[in-house]
Amino acid sequence: MSMASGKGDIELAGLYKRFGDFTAVDGVNLKVQDGAYCCFLGPSGCGKTTILRMIAGHEDPTGGEILIGGENVVGLPPVARRTAMMFQSYALFPHLSVRDNVAFALRVRGIDKAQRYRTTDAMLEKVRLTELAHRLPGQLSGGQQQRVALARAAITEPRVLLLDEPLSALDEQLRIQMRTELRRMQRELGITFVHVTHTQLEAIALADVVVVMEKGKIKQAGPAREVYAAPRDRYVAEFLGGQNVLSGKVESVNGASLTLSVPDTKGIVVPLDGARTVTDGDRIDVAVRRDDIHLRRPGSSGAQAGWNAVDTRIRTVEYQGSFVKVMLDTMAEGGFIVYVPEREFFQDPFESGDIVVATWPTEHSRLLA
Amino acid sequence: MSATSPAIIPATKRARRRVVDGAEPRRPWTFWVLATLFASYVLALYGPMLCIYVLSFQDIRGGLVFPMKGLSVHWFIDLFTQVRTGDVKGGFERSIVLALLVTVLTVVGSFMAGLAFRQRFKGDGVVFYLMIGSLVAPGLVLGIGIGLLFQYFGLEASWFTSALGAHLSWTLPFGVLVMFAVMSRFDRAWEEAARDLGATRWQIIWMVVVPILAPGLLAVALFGFTLSYDEFSRTLQTSGPLNTLPLEIWAMTLNVTSPSLYALGTVTTLASFLIIGICLGGIVWIQKRRATRISVH
Repeated sequence: MSMASGKGDIELAGLYKRFGDFTAVDGVNLKVQDGAYCCFLGPSGCGKTTILRMIAGHEDPTGGEILIGGENVVGLPPVARRTAMMFQSYALFPHLSVRDNVAFALRVRGIDKAQRYRTTDAMLEKVRLTELAHRLPGQLSGGQQQRVALARAAITEPRVLLLDEPLSALDEQLRIQMRTELRRMQRELGITFVHVTHTQLEAIALADVVVVMEKGKIKQAGPAREVYAAPRDRYVAEFLGGQNVLSGKVESVNGASLTLSVPDTKGIVVPLDGARTVTDGDRIDVAVRRDDIHLRRPGSSGAQAGWNAVDTRIRTVEYQGSFVKVMLDTMAEGGFIVYVPEREFFQDPFESGDIVVATWPTEHSRLLA
Repeated sequence: MSATSPAIIPATKRARRRVVDGAEPRRPWTFWVLATLFASYVLALYGPMLCIYVLSFQDIRGGLVFPMKGLSVHWFIDLFTQVRTGDVKGGFERSIVLALLVTVLTVVGSFMAGLAFRQRFKGDGVVFYLMIGSLVAPGLVLGIGIGLLFQYFGLEASWFTSALGAHLSWTLPFGVLVMFAVMSRFDRAWEEAARDLGATRWQIIWMVVVPILAPGLLAVALFGFTLSYDEFSRTLQTSGPLNTLPLEIWAMTLNVTSPSLYALGTVTTLASFLIIGICLGGIVWIQKRRATRISVH
C-alpha cells in the first residue's frame, strides 16, 4: 500500500462538487487533526454527506483537493486511501453471518480462511459480538447491527473512519448509549472519525470539532463548546439552539457597546468585540443564551446597572425535568425562550399570562455576524 | 390487577366460556357462496388435467374417453416404442435443451438488464417499451416474422437458432420485469460497502450481488424454463424441420387417437413439476442454509 505514513489528518482545500446545475459542496476548506472526532452538522441537503462520500472515495470532487496524511487522495479507491465508511443503514450483507460480514475485507484481499477468522474473532471479541458471530444481520437489533458495521469497517485498520448518520436508525435510548460507545471506540482505535449528523445534541456530545454547514458552505467550524456558546451568525445560533436571536436596529454606538432597539423594546445594551464595525441605523442580530436570562416579578427590585431588562408576559410554560422552558410574549420571531433551573422556578412558579421582567447581564449579549 | 372493577369480570368470563365451548360463530351465507365458487374454480382448473392423467393409465383396450378400461402403463411404453406416435423422444430432448439454453440466456440477460436499469440512461424508455412490445405482440405473428426474415436472408430456420430467438423474445421481457421487482429491494449501499472494503468489480458481483439476488435469479430461471418448454405459437413457424415437444404433441392430436397422447401429457407434466420442484427446492435450500447459520452457536 502506497500510504505507509498512517497519519489520519485530513485537509480539504477548495473542495467543490456539482451535480448538474446543483452545487452540493461550494468551496470548502477545512483541516482535521489526526485522531480527532469531527462532526459535520447541518440540515439534509447541506452537502455534509457529499463531503463524507468524497473523503471516502465514493464520489469524485468537481474541483479542489482532499489530503489525507498530507497526500492528495483524489482519484484513489477507498482501499488506497485507508479510509473506511460506515453507511447510514449499515449496509450489512444480508446473506453473510456476522463473522463473514466482518471478515469480508480480509476475504477479498485473499487472506486464507484460518488467519482471516483468527483476526475476525479477535475483532468480534473487542466489540462484544462473539456470541452473535453466526447470526445473520436480519436477526440483530439496531445496536448490534451498528457494532457489526463498526467492526467490519475497523478490521482493515483504517486511518480514517467515516460515519454517515450512524445513529439515525436507532431509537432514542439506544442512540445515547451507542453515542457513548462510538466515542469509546474512537479513543480505543485512536484514529480520525468523521461523523455526519443533523442532530445538534449528537454533534456537541461527541465531537472535538463541530463543522456547521449550510447550502454547501461551512458556516462555522470549531470546538463544540465554542460553536454552541459563541455562534458566529444567526444560522449557527438557531441551528444549534439554546440561543434567542434578536433582530433590531442600532440606536447608538458608544465606544465599547451599542444600544439596540427591537420592535417592542428599546435600550438593549450589547458589548462590541471589535470584530465587526457598526454604525447607527444598521440592522443587526444579537444572540442571548436562554439559560443566561433571569425572570422576576415587576417592581420586585428595580433596574440594575449592567443588566438589560425587558418587560414582557409569559406565553407558555413547559416542564423539561432539570429545567423549565418558559416562552415569553416578545421580541424574537422564533419566540423568546428562557430556561429556568427547575428548583429556582418552583420557589415562585410563574403561569402563562403573568407579567414579568426578563433580565440578563449586558455582557451576555453577543453581536452576530 | 386486583383493583379491576367487578363489572369487567363477568364480561371476560363470558368471552372465555365462548372459547372453551368451542361453539364457532355461525358463518354468514356469503361464506358458502364464495366457497362454492372457489371449489368450482379449482375443479375447472385441475379437473381436465386430472382426467388426462387418469386416462393415461388404461390398459390396451383403452380409448380416448371415459369409462376407464383396465389399469396399466401400456400407453407409456407405447409412447416411447411405437414409431407411429411421432418423434416424442426427439421432441422432448430438443425442448429440454432449448429450454435450458433459453433459461441461461434469460437469467444472464435479465440480470444485466436489471443492473443497467437501476439508473437512467439515454434511450432507456425506448428500450423498455420495445421490450414490452415484444411481450404484447401476438406470438404467432412474431413467429411468422422471424421465419420470413430467416428465409429472406437465406438462413435455415431451426429450433436452436430461429426458435431460440423467438423464445427469448418472450422470456427475456418476462425475466426483466421479474428482475425489476427483485432489484427494487436491492440496496446500492451493499455494493458501495463492498467497494469500500476493497472488493473488485468482479468480487462485488460474485460475493455480494449474485448471492443476495440468488432467489430472484432462480425465479427468473423458472420463468424462462417453463415459458420456453411449453411455448407453441412463436415456435410454430420458427422451429424448422425438427419439432419441439409442444409442436409434436399438437401434431399427435391430429393423427394419434390412442391414450398414448394422454401418457405424453402425464410425462411432460411430471417433467415440468420436476423442474419447478428443483427450483423451489433450491430457493428453500438457500433460505434453510441461511437459517441454520443462525441456530449454530
